[in-house]
Amino acid sequence: MRQKVAITINGTRYENEVEPRLLLVYYLREYAGLTGTHVGCDTSNCGACTVDVNGHSVKSCTLFAVQADGAQVTTIEGLAKGKELHPLQQAFWDEHGLQCGYCTPGMIMAARQLLERNGNPTEAEIRSGLEGNLCRCTGYHNIVKAVQAAAKAMAGAEARQPAAAGS
Amino acid sequence: MAVSQLIGASIKRREDPQLITGSGSFVEDMPQTAVAHLYVVRSTQAHARILGIETSRAREASGVLAIWTGKDLQPEFQAPLPVTVSFVAEKKYPSMYPIATDRVRYVGEPIAVVVATSRSAAEDAAERLDIRYQSLPVVLDIERALAADSPVLHDEIGSNISYDVKRSAGDIEAAFREAEVRISQRLVQQRLIPVAVEGRGVLAEYKPFANSLTVWSSTQIPHFVKVWLGVILGIPEGKVRVVAQDVGGGFGSKIRVYPEEVLVALASRRLGRPVKWTEDRNENMKATHHGRSQIWDVEIAARRDGTVLGVRATQYLDLGAYCSQFGTFMAIALLIAQGPYKLKAFDGRGVGVFTNRTPTDAYRGAGRPEATYLIERVMDLVAHEVGLDPVEVRRKNFVPAAEQPFANLFGLTYDSGDYNLTLDKALTMVDYPAFRREQAEARKRGKYLGIGFSTYLEICGLGPSAATTPATGIGLWGMSVVNLHFTGKATVIIGSSPHGQGHETTFAQIVGDALGLPLEDIEVVHGDTAIGPMGMNTYGSRSASVDGAAVHLSAVKVREKARKIAAHLLEAAEADVVYESGKAFVKGAPSKSLTIQEITGAAFQPHRLPPGMEGGMEATTFFDPPNFVWPFGAHVALVEVDGETGATRVVRYVAVDDCGTRLNPMVVEGQVHGGIAQGIGQALYEEAVYDEEGQLKTGTLVDYMVPCAPDLPSFETAATITPSPSNPLGVKGIGEAGTIASTPAVINAIVDALQPFGVKDIDMPATPEKVWRLMHQNGGTTR
Repeated sequence: MRQKVAITINGTRYENEVEPRLLLVYYLREYAGLTGTHVGCDTSNCGACTVDVNGHSVKSCTLFAVQADGAQVTTIEGLAKGKELHPLQQAFWDEHGLQCGYCTPGMIMAARQLLERNGNPTEAEIRSGLEGNLCRCTGYHNIVKAVQAAAKAMAGAEARQPAAAGS
Repeated sequence: MAVSQLIGASIKRREDPQLITGSGSFVEDMPQTAVAHLYVVRSTQAHARILGIETSRAREASGVLAIWTGKDLQPEFQAPLPVTVSFVAEKKYPSMYPIATDRVRYVGEPIAVVVATSRSAAEDAAERLDIRYQSLPVVLDIERALAADSPVLHDEIGSNISYDVKRSAGDIEAAFREAEVRISQRLVQQRLIPVAVEGRGVLAEYKPFANSLTVWSSTQIPHFVKVWLGVILGIPEGKVRVVAQDVGGGFGSKIRVYPEEVLVALASRRLGRPVKWTEDRNENMKATHHGRSQIWDVEIAARRDGTVLGVRATQYLDLGAYCSQFGTFMAIALLIAQGPYKLKAFDGRGVGVFTNRTPTDAYRGAGRPEATYLIERVMDLVAHEVGLDPVEVRRKNFVPAAEQPFANLFGLTYDSGDYNLTLDKALTMVDYPAFRREQAEARKRGKYLGIGFSTYLEICGLGPSAATTPATGIGLWGMSVVNLHFTGKATVIIGSSPHGQGHETTFAQIVGDALGLPLEDIEVVHGDTAIGPMGMNTYGSRSASVDGAAVHLSAVKVREKARKIAAHLLEAAEADVVYESGKAFVKGAPSKSLTIQEITGAAFQPHRLPPGMEGGMEATTFFDPPNFVWPFGAHVALVEVDGETGATRVVRYVAVDDCGTRLNPMVVEGQVHGGIAQGIGQALYEEAVYDEEGQLKTGTLVDYMVPCAPDLPSFETAATITPSPSNPLGVKGIGEAGTIASTPAVINAIVDALQPFGVKDIDMPATPEKVWRLMHQNGGTTR
């Protein structure tokens, strides 16, 4: 009945036997103990559970843990390097891009993919890129500003360090 | 007072590092050792008798610890769920218990609980329950519920009418006799679902031999939950501890003592182990209360010059299946609907109605959005009728700044305000004359632009204790403790319980200014009833003006004590010692000084203190404000309506808000942004829809349209600052202003855009279909 999965999350390999119906988000929260990824709906609308699976931004409530067997997963906990925040985390803080903070991990993970695909997005591109993530507190105003600020910071960092790979 | 450096500064929030790195502490994040999982079985019928719940097959399911129906649990409830006066002492209402026993009255009402070793085991077992209902006729429509032949929800009340009351002031007959213009209009406040992105969650741990209960809950009101859990479950209040850690949004939806808080606590007591329940979104949409759901019938008396003389209004308030804790709070709208305008009379009638739908209660603004929608639509309806500019009609009716403080028709006193000030600023920002020119040009090209105004005034800052007691049944006030540790670092305990408002930062700013302490030396603690005295929690835009003021006053008391100790230690006369920037020194001899750290160290060595003074460096304040606070402002929405599809886009949104002193402008603007978004949501997108059997059709986020990023513009915000005399900081509230103001601004803009089609009003949400139909009501021909 239970199936074995091996998932590498933020560089650490986890191996467990899980029920096939276990969603990836609950694997992250309950098996890996990474509670930064939140559950906000049951219908893949809110995006609070967004993580990166093999380089793609994925709503982890739409994927079974067994489907992620062998995958490389990055969650919100994997973004900061020690105490050094990811530019998006820094920008959300600087620009007041969060209030209650519940949607924030998913929002940051979605924004990360958005900036990987388009390093210099317009406001309209940011808004449409974050369409799958709901925030009820900020009206998105400061989230847009945060993504713009992060894009700028990341472009600046790349200009200074052209050989560095994007995080 | 020291020169203010921190109050007024946009300091980054200290809450954020946890939240942006995924290290927040929401209820669901609590460590889960030995926790049992509770699943609430809910009614699938809107109105039915429960004939029986057969549990034997479910009990055999794997992992099940207990299954209890309402009948099993009812004997343990020593009181029903609380219901407050909330402006309608006259109301009749049934007792509502956490779980139904023999009859259900809305889809989602709890009827049984399953406790198991995992959530999935509990859900699996629940599917094996055999629940038999006898369906009863459902009542879903407010007006049909009022009919004499309507089926009745609560037999003991005898009809679906909870109350039918008058709230009238001034001579309305005279106003209508004097009127040159009379307008009648129905305004509908559709039913909304609050949708905090975190649903509710409860974790309870009862210790049998200590008879103590600790509950972690995603709530706005841990202090009220503590009181009522003790009362309902018969546990002494001092044995109950309620903790609200990080809470993922509230907007009023977490302002009640909820059935699940009682059920989870009771399950823990029965099983002698920790129990948790986490609401999923499907549950949340029907089990967490809804907002608005009102019909307003309005008659306006006005003169041709735009003077509004009086308004008659009936508010039909859909309470849902029961009267919720603050279920009739929305009747406040009748007392404040005159807004910032000088009316001669307001003749209000409030009718509360039971229907077979989820109970309604506070939702961001709670009564003030409805009042504002009413009066701001009135201004535009009058402007339209007499052919005047809506801006001029507003100016004509404004209470002049010179008449502040101003008593409204019901004797509520506006604390301060200059309503032309915010309006002037907003008009400059939008460049009103240029917009009107652009609008005229665009119309020639078949493009429909509109501008809508909302010059709102709202009441918040609950207390004052005496004034809120008849209104809510609870005297409301602010609470703080400022406690300096041995090393001079401060812990500040506050009575409010934030869920995104940034109090840990802004309240530290208040203390930092008063005591000259660096921010990093000030900790702000909230949401734990075991720490500090009772507080009055967070709702109604009250925290800054009431608890914030209490924090300031406690810090001032500590400062005074520090000054007295310093005078004693410096051997100076008390009057000669000045406290500034974290130091006490002798006037004219600044080298004779002591730092707050040195003074605090002395405070913990009583022999160094002046004779008769007690040790420690702590002050507690219960601040009872003399009046409410009355924020105001001018919001302007600019919309474009697509002539082909009827789709409305908010192209620009300008908000000028006056909330008095702004503790942290960044936080204030964040509150405004979020509020505007929710108000636009009501105007354009959101509506809870039921089918004819009482099933919620908009029961998921697929069907219920919460605005996404592409649905909204960036907002243009500005402020004027008119300090409030109601508290020593001069602050007013801002948590709900955006929502209060923005809904009528957007609707007024759409009606303005549709002027060529002769449109006077549109129901919310103004969906493309509704707009399109209005554009084609006369065959699509424009005037």
